Order: sequence, then structure tokens, then C-alpha cells
Amino acid sequence: MSETLLPPHGKGMLGARGALELIGLTKQYGDERVVDAVDAEIRPGEFFSLLGPSGSGKTTTLMMIAGFVAPDRGAIRLDGADLTHVPPQRRGLGMVFQNYAIFPHLDVFENVAFPLRARRVAKAELRRRVEATLALVRLERFATRYARELSGGQQQRVAIARAIVFRPSIVLMDEPLGALDKNLRYAMQVEIKELQQRLGMTVIYVTHDQEEAMNMSDRIAIMNQGRIEQLGPPGEIYERPRNAFVGRFLGEANLLDGTIEQIAGDEAALRTRDGVLLRARCRSPAITQRTASLFVRPEKLAFGDVPEADRGESNCVQGVVQRRAFLGSMIRTTVQIGPTTQLTVDQPNLMNGAGPQVGAPVVVSWAVAHTLTLPE
Amino acid sequence: MRRRSTLLMLPALTMLAAVFLAPLVLFLAQTVIIDKDAPPFWPHVLSVIESRVMLRTILITNWISLLVTATALLLGYPVAYYLANRRGPRFTLVLFCVIVPYFTSIIVRTFSWMVILGRNGLINHLLQDLGLIDAPLPLLYNRTAVVIGMTYVLLPYMVLTLFAAMRSIDPNLLRAARGLGASGPMIFARIYLPLSLHGVVSGALIVFILAVGFFITPALMGGPSDVMVATLIERSVEIDLDWSTAAVMSLYLLAVTLVLYAVYYRVTDLRRLMGT
Amino acid sequence: MRRALPAYVTVLCLLLLAPIVIVIVLAFSGPGYLQFPPRSYSLDWFIRFLGDPRWRESLWYSIVIGFIACIVATVVGFFAAYAFVRGSFAAKKLLLSLLLLPIIVPTVITSIAMYFVSVRLELVGNVLWIGICQAVIALPVVLLILLSALQGVDVNLERAALSLGASPVRLFVKVVIPLAAPGLISAALFAFLTSFDELIIALFLTGVRVQTLPVRIWNSLHMEIEPTIAAVSAFLIGVTGVVLLLDGLLRGRRASTMKTRR
Repeated sequence: MSETLLPPHGKGMLGARGALELIGLTKQYGDERVVDAVDAEIRPGEFFSLLGPSGSGKTTTLMMIAGFVAPDRGAIRLDGADLTHVPPQRRGLGMVFQNYAIFPHLDVFENVAFPLRARRVAKAELRRRVEATLALVRLERFATRYARELSGGQQQRVAIARAIVFRPSIVLMDEPLGALDKNLRYAMQVEIKELQQRLGMTVIYVTHDQEEAMNMSDRIAIMNQGRIEQLGPPGEIYERPRNAFVGRFLGEANLLDGTIEQIAGDEAALRTRDGVLLRARCRSPAITQRTASLFVRPEKLAFGDVPEADRGESNCVQGVVQRRAFLGSMIRTTVQIGPTTQLTVDQPNLMNGAGPQVGAPVVVSWAVAHTLTLPE
Repeated sequence: MRRRSTLLMLPALTMLAAVFLAPLVLFLAQTVIIDKDAPPFWPHVLSVIESRVMLRTILITNWISLLVTATALLLGYPVAYYLANRRGPRFTLVLFCVIVPYFTSIIVRTFSWMVILGRNGLINHLLQDLGLIDAPLPLLYNRTAVVIGMTYVLLPYMVLTLFAAMRSIDPNLLRAARGLGASGPMIFARIYLPLSLHGVVSGALIVFILAVGFFITPALMGGPSDVMVATLIERSVEIDLDWSTAAVMSLYLLAVTLVLYAVYYRVTDLRRLMGT
Repeated sequence: MRRALPAYVTVLCLLLLAPIVIVIVLAFSGPGYLQFPPRSYSLDWFIRFLGDPRWRESLWYSIVIGFIACIVATVVGFFAAYAFVRGSFAAKKLLLSLLLLPIIVPTVITSIAMYFVSVRLELVGNVLWIGICQAVIALPVVLLILLSALQGVDVNLERAALSLGASPVRLFVKVVIPLAAPGLISAALFAFLTSFDELIIALFLTGVRVQTLPVRIWNSLHMEIEPTIAAVSAFLIGVTGVVLLLDGLLRGRRASTMKTRR
């Protein structure tokens, strides 16, 4: 039944539609640049997330793509055609809103039929497509219900069904899972991702939840203060953040401020404010100033010394355990390695929460390959 | 989308301009453009406003309006306080008692007071039946009757305005004051009264604005010495057919009203105008 | 103090309701002079009211003019309220204060000004024109009710409709109007009531031929208080009661739909 939702014949191959280009997109409210010269190319069939803290401009960017906010500068292109000044109702983009925005005066069937009625789809065809879409989101038994009679997850599915029933080339989602509790959130993430892959549609997804973004996205754009700080696949951004903000925002991070003492090849030696000398990978053009941050993920750190043979490839520091937090699947230990410097170490909880106790002297070590120097 | 929604203002603005503003301007222009043998503008305006009748009427109008505003405030404040601090059926019942007269035709409400206060009215009948008086008392067609009638008509405006202001007072402030050891009267004087003060100002302004331009009640319930400005304006058109004098008096009344409205505009959220 | 306040509020509420109750009771009194409490009860005065062709004619004019004012004020006011809630333009508050002027400017002045123009345009006694003039007075009422009703409509519902391909007309017909329906009906009811109860504009503009109910009551009060007025007044109170009742029901519905939307 899902083939009814695939792009109609003659429109090209699956996934050929739905390429979106953002060119220098800018929006200003008063003196504040909410969105500042955003450039991005979203590929057909891609799951693309805009991730950032609140006020970073991600929702405004989405609203400009949808056509509800007019950009002050820049352009939006869909499959090569300029979309910048097209009114929202003629953009043909599906949209799922944060609070679902299900019409309270229409039942589920009529909500999903709404875009088809707006396009004057013939009766029989309309019924067939609405029913197929409802089956796709497993709501076929709820067609005559109203939004107030549905659970959060069901309302979410209605919103998705309504946004895809007219086969838009791109579906926009504005924090669609924000109102759901944690377990349901994960289930819905899986469901949305499966649906997206099955239908081969392009999804542009706004969220402030990093795990959600990493779980679902092909590529993520990290936004901060109206700009895209970094754009790339989740793994790349997680492992190789371009700056301290990105490193801190996507997951937990150890960031130690210091000065660069020397650079040799792709390796730099950085002295922390407490005088500890540490080594890190350094992508040469990125580091120009003397001050920088040393970056390493807590799960890359381990307790205990490394064998003599591996010393050249590792950092080793001594410290005292300051705090221990039991987080269920892992243990988070904070180690004081200097008067003003701490390291966070995440270990999987393998043996009933065993590990160094508060006050114990420890050695923390990790591979230089996992360590980066980042600009301030 | 934004720009187009702004265009939706046009029908309302057009109607307001054509049916309301234009007639006002044309009528008030009578003060300037009168017949060719008319007196010049300022002397004419001054002669109307400084005439003894007009001066007396202005004084009476202001005095009655002040009395009505003060009475409505004194009567209405406790009721608004009660409404703001009650929930459930009692709240609904009291609100009902305020709302029903509010939406009843002014002419009906005035008629009712005429029946109550009239020579052969309710009160006179009652007093005579009780043997307290021999001849009916002249309760109607005097200033007290006007004040009673107008207060009755305008009291709901006062109560609803005060209520809106009081409802926005955070009850935690009062609890905090109690927790800090303040007595009941002190909480009222130092916390509640100051916080409800802007409601008092708004309520007093709106009641006074409506009172100075009041027509129906004073015209029906007042005696010959209780003529208010609105009545005088109506008479000079209906009886004297003197449009230019009516225009000058209207200009005065309009000026007073608009100045007070400007103050009201500064101190109040206009959306509270009807107390909803 | 604890007991004084409820006692005072009770007394004042009785005083507020008394005039209205008295009129209603009088309207049902038996034949003879107006007296309270009446010696006997009957429907005589209502029969006289509805049996008199002149009163009946006034009732008819009141209804027709009320409908015209209601439709004009509601339609015009709805668009304006929508523009206020969704539009972005400078001087919003100033514009609102302008549109609320008709209830601030003393009605006597407004009426005389309208009369002044109507005489020259030969519109005195024109039912349609009277309706439009009263619609100006009803406009602020409509506007205030619809402002709060439209503020309750989630802007994302409108965005959703547009993103799903609805034209602006479809957006209004299928989404905005249904969602604002309770507020719209309330606004229409109060617009009708405003016109139905309005005296001063009617007094100046109706002329000799066309007289609305309030105008005829006014004229009668100037001559002699005849008991029929009590019946007519009770009828007007009844209309107010019906409007308030319907509005209360609508408010209940609005409140229950709000709740489900969290």
C-alpha cells in the first residue's frame, strides 16, 4: 500500500526530488540578527537536522523555508526553482508542528484529507490515499476520532500523516517530539526514521535534543547565534567538532583551556593553565592563535596507566577523584588534575558500579588520536 | 500574509470614517462655517461657553459626574474585591447580578427607577401603606434621583474594571505578607490597595467619561435644575434648532471626553474597556 | 469584617437585581394602575403590547435594524479583529483606540452629527442607514469580543493549513471561521443586543414613521407611564436574558475545547 505514497510516475527516480538550497539566508528583528547568512544544501532523500540551543535561529530558519517568515536577504531554492517569494500554500512542503496543530474541529480523517481537498483530489482517490496513509502510521482505526480523544503519540502520527499524504518532496518538522515523554520519544524517532527511509522523502528536522538529532539524521547543522557552526554527519561532528561550542553542545566534553607550546606535523603540545602538558591532534589551519582548548570525550578516558609501548600515543595525568555520579548505564567520575582543572571520565557500568572512590588518587589516560585542539 | 491581514482593517476604518468621523467633523464645522452673517469663531465659541446657562450646566454636569463616580467607586470596590477572591457558585451568582443590569437596555433600567421613585411609585406606596407619610414624597425629578439612576447604570462598568485589575493581583503576595507577619488591615492598606489602584483610576475614568456625556437617565429622571450638557445639546437642536450653539457645546464636551480618554489610554489596557 | 463583606455584597446584589425583577413582575400584573406588588397577575399588558399594531411595527423595525447592525458590525469587526491579532503594523494601539471611540464619544454628539448628515442626504427614517449607524456603536463591542476569541486560536493551526496548501479563502472558511465560531456568534449576539437596546441614535434618525422599541418607550415615558411599557421592558430584558444565556453556553463550549488543547 505504501507505493501510493511514492512520487508519481514520470517525476523521475525515487529521491530525485527534494533538493533544497539555502543561500545566505538572513533574518533580522530590530538590531538582532536571528539568522545570519545561513548556507546549506540539503540533498534529496536526506534526513537533515537543525540542532541548536533555544534562540539559535533554527526555528526561524525552518519558518523561512516554510514561508511563514520572509527572509531579509538570501534565497531558498527547491530543485533549482526559486522559492524565496512563493507564499507558503504554494510551496508544497509538508510541515509537522511542535504542538501538532491538529485542527480541533475536524476528525482524523478530515485532518489528513485537508491537503487533498485543498488540491481538489477526486473523492475516491482521496479516500484511498487518506486510508493508505493512515494505515502507514497505524491509525486506520482512529479515522473518526478527534484530536482531544487521542494520546500524544497518536496526535503526532496524525500530524505526520497529514504532512505526507500529499506527497510533498520535503517534510519540515519543528521539534515534533518535544511534548512526548522520554520512552515514547525514542519509539517515535525510530518510527519517523523508518517512514522517511521507506518513502525516500527529504526531512528537515528542528530539535534542541542532541541524542535525537544523532539518532535520526544523515547530516546535522549545529546552529548558534544565527549561524551554522558546523555541518556534517553525526559521527563526524561528534568526533571532530570544529570549535568548543560544537564540542560542548553535542554530547559531554572535556575542554581544557591552555596555550600551545609547539606544533609538530598534525600534533600539538598544549600546556593547561595548571601547567600540565598534554598532546593533541591539530588540524593545522584551524589553529592560529596561541591559546586554544584541548578537547576529548569523557568515554575515551580510562583509569590506569598505559603500557610503555603505547606511551607515545597517549596522554597520562595524575589526579584525585572529586565526585562520582551513578548514571545507570555508566559511571561518571570527576577527577581533579590541577588546582583549576578537572576531567570527566565516563565508564560503562560493567561491574555493579565498581570503580575508584572519592578521594582516591588515580591515573587517567587516553589516546592522543582522540584528542583535538579547538579554537576558543 | 502579514501585509494582507493589515488590509483587512480597511472595511472597519472606512465605515468608521464615513459613518462616524465624517459626520462629526461636518457637524462640528458648524462652529466655524455658519451663515454669512454669523459671528466670528472665537467670540462665538466664548459667548456660548461663557453664557450663564452653559456655565451652570457645566458645573452641574461635573458635580453630578463626580458624585456618581465617587458613589460607584465606594459601592463597587467591595463587590469587586469579593468577586476577585471567590470561586464557584457564589462568584457566578454575584457576577450574574452585575452582568444582567449591565446588558439591559438603559431606557429599561431608567424606566424601572422611575417606577420605583415616582410619585405613585413603589417607595411612596410602601411608605404610605406603612403610615409613615401622608402625602407622596417628591423622590423623582431631582438631583438625588439623577445620581441614583446614573450610579445604577454605571456601577457595572466600575465593578468589572476593578475586578479585572484585582484578579491580576498575585495571591502569593498577600500570603507572603501574612507570612511576614502583617495584619489583615495592614495587608489591605500596604499591598492590596496600592496594587488595585490602577484599577481604581481606570474605573473612575471610564465612569466619569461616560457620566459627563450621559443623556437618557438625567433627561428622564432630572428636574428643571438638573439639566446636563448632553441634554442641553439635544435641546438646542430639537427645540431651538440652533445647530451652531449645539456644535460649540458639543466641541466642549468632546474635548473634555477626549482628554480623559487620552489619560485612560495611557493607564489602561484598552482591551479591558468593556471589563471582559 | 469576615461577615460584613458577604452581607454587604448580598444587599448590593439585591439592589442591582431589584429594578429588573420589579419591571418583570409589573409586566405580569393584572388590569389597573401600576402597583407593586400587583394585586393580581395576568398577561394583559403583553397582549396589549403585541396586539397594538404600532408596538408590533416598532418591534419589527427593532428586529430588522438589529439584524442589519449585527451583520455589518460582525463582518467588519471580524476582519478588523483578525488584522489586529495577526497583522503586524505600526500604531496598533492607537488604531484600536480610534475604533473604540464610538463608545467613548457621548452618543448624543454622535447622534446629532449623524442626524446632521442624514437630513442632507435624506436618509432619516431609512432602515438600512439606521442599521449601519448603530453598527458603528456595536463595532467596539464586536471588536473586543473577537480580539479575545481570535487570540485563543493557535497561529500554528493557520500555518498548518497554509503549509497543507490551503488558499487564503479556504484558510478562512475551513479553519479560522470554524475555530472562531463561538466568539463570532457571541459577538453577533451582542451586536444585535446593542442595536436592539440602542435609543439615542434611533431617536434622532428614525423620524416619525420608523420607531424602534426603545424610541417608543422614550416617547411614552415623556407623556405618561402606561403599564404596557412594563411589558415591553420585560420583553427587552427577556431578549437580554436569551443573549446572555446563549453566550454563557458558548463560553462553556469554548472553555471545554480550550482544555483539550492544553
